[in-house]
Amino acid sequence: MSLDKDQVRHIAMLARLNLTDDEYAESVEKLSKIVDFVDQLSQADTSGVVPMAHPLDAVQRLRPDVVTETDERDRFQRNAPAVTDGFYLVPKVIE
Amino acid sequence: MALHERTLTELGAGLDAGDFTSVEVTEALLDRIAGGDAQLNALITVTRDEALATAARADADRAAGNGGPLCGLPLIHKDIFCTRGVRTTCGSRMLDNFVSPYDATVVERLARAGAVVLGKANMDEFAMGSSNETSYFGPVRNPWDLERSPGGSSGGSAASVAARFTPAATATDTGGSIRQPAALTNTVGLKPTYGRVSRYGMIAFASSLDQAGTITRTAEDAALLLGVMAGFDERDSTSIDQPVPDYVAALGDTIRGLKIGVVRQHFDEGLDPATGDRVRAAIAALESLGATTIEVSMPNIDLSVPTYYVVAPAECSSNLSRFDGVRFGHRAADVDDLLDLYCRSRGEGFGDEVKRRIMTGTYVLSAGYYDAYYLKAQQVRQLIADEFKKAFADVDVIAGPTAPAPAFKLGDKVDDPIQMYLNDIYTIGANLAGLPGVSVPCGFVDGLPVGLHLVGPHFGESVLLRCAHQYQQATDWHTRCPEGFA
Repeated sequence: MSLDKDQVRHIAMLARLNLTDDEYAESVEKLSKIVDFVDQLSQADTSGVVPMAHPLDAVQRLRPDVVTETDERDRFQRNAPAVTDGFYLVPKVIE
Repeated sequence: MALHERTLTELGAGLDAGDFTSVEVTEALLDRIAGGDAQLNALITVTRDEALATAARADADRAAGNGGPLCGLPLIHKDIFCTRGVRTTCGSRMLDNFVSPYDATVVERLARAGAVVLGKANMDEFAMGSSNETSYFGPVRNPWDLERSPGGSSGGSAASVAARFTPAATATDTGGSIRQPAALTNTVGLKPTYGRVSRYGMIAFASSLDQAGTITRTAEDAALLLGVMAGFDERDSTSIDQPVPDYVAALGDTIRGLKIGVVRQHFDEGLDPATGDRVRAAIAALESLGATTIEVSMPNIDLSVPTYYVVAPAECSSNLSRFDGVRFGHRAADVDDLLDLYCRSRGEGFGDEVKRRIMTGTYVLSAGYYDAYYLKAQQVRQLIADEFKKAFADVDVIAGPTAPAPAFKLGDKVDDPIQMYLNDIYTIGANLAGLPGVSVPCGFVDGLPVGLHLVGPHFGESVLLRCAHQYQQATDWHTRCPEGFA
């Protein structure tokens, strides 16, 4: 196994994913397989190759910094699990 | 000919001639869906009332002489496209309750052209899968054999078109998600050039690879739809500002003198021999239409799949960080604190394959591994793109198999991610290099469809569609309909 349980636990925490014990066991096995599989990239000779930034070599387009959107907060917040007075509600962060 | 057997082009001609109305077409197809989808599970949402209302408006517009190019013509959207006021799930529990407040550009353009939307198609969760088995709403079944997968991730779109629920469906392709299901269901799947069609409102998986396209039964219908869908959109930062040619007008030109490249590595041991025979016969048929073939070598093409499985998960882990249980989507109940809210909402909302890809991406982007995996993959990606560029200096299109074998049984590959990933071995290269590709029906093995894959240079959709159309004029594979859905 190229990854151990502690590494998978660390990755899951970085990714903010809660996993069950069964999911951890399965993830160690399957993620190790995937990592072993993509390890074949190390064989490729890429000396001097510039990593691709865009498949068509396009550059980032900029737009004028002007207001184009109208305020539709109420409509957008209809999909939110919990709101009040236009604010999104989360568990208390500051004690 | 029954209404459900007609292509978009044929339905358009019939509507023009006054042979039937859009309401009649829409009712006929909605009835077919109601009667047949219990077997296939191809749709997540059927928009019956909206469809009938749009069809009635289209009939009135047509009578008044001011309908758009798709006035009254039916289609189904993959459930990855945001549709205003309609549930948009992306095949995930995370978005089970999400009603989009806006339309994707693709949805908006097709609506403006007069299209009637019958419903939203099932798909692999967040388009991550090659079998449609990762959908929270259950797998789609292949109309050619209900025990088999229709492919994925656009399995619901492909199955709907194959089963004659609709003549056309939108779809998306990040590594083969339009072309592989098209090959497995005897339909035409077109993935345009990266940036040709707007990604605005198309729920993101891997933003440097994702592209919207179509599943139809003919290249002619794909050309009709692409003409409406393609074009610059300022709301998509990677949309390319290039004129949109008349794709339909170019279909009739001969392919005499067309130079077709054949990649030797695409006929290696990974390919099912009988599938290879059908594809070779299709290439021979193109030669008999006047094309010539040239062998091209792409020494790094075998690294496409490992390259993809670094780049795509990396982008997915970043894109899917927006699902946090706060602004929209699933939220876990009875959480301890904010961290617990994030972790449990995401743990419950995402399925196994999506979690696996988020974690793979998180790993390859994490401190100490970024250079070895992510930067290395982007270098190999450039090598692969360079090989395509070199090939297109000598050839007009590259032809080969779409998938290594016909449709596999549901459950067969679900426990082995690598086996599942290798299903896209021939299609991923086009995504890595941003190239257009199309899969065209080219025969059967043991009653299951096989697809011919054509890849073109950037913005080479016209030559691909012409080649596919000329092949379809000379063959009748695409007219075969699965038993039970005639």
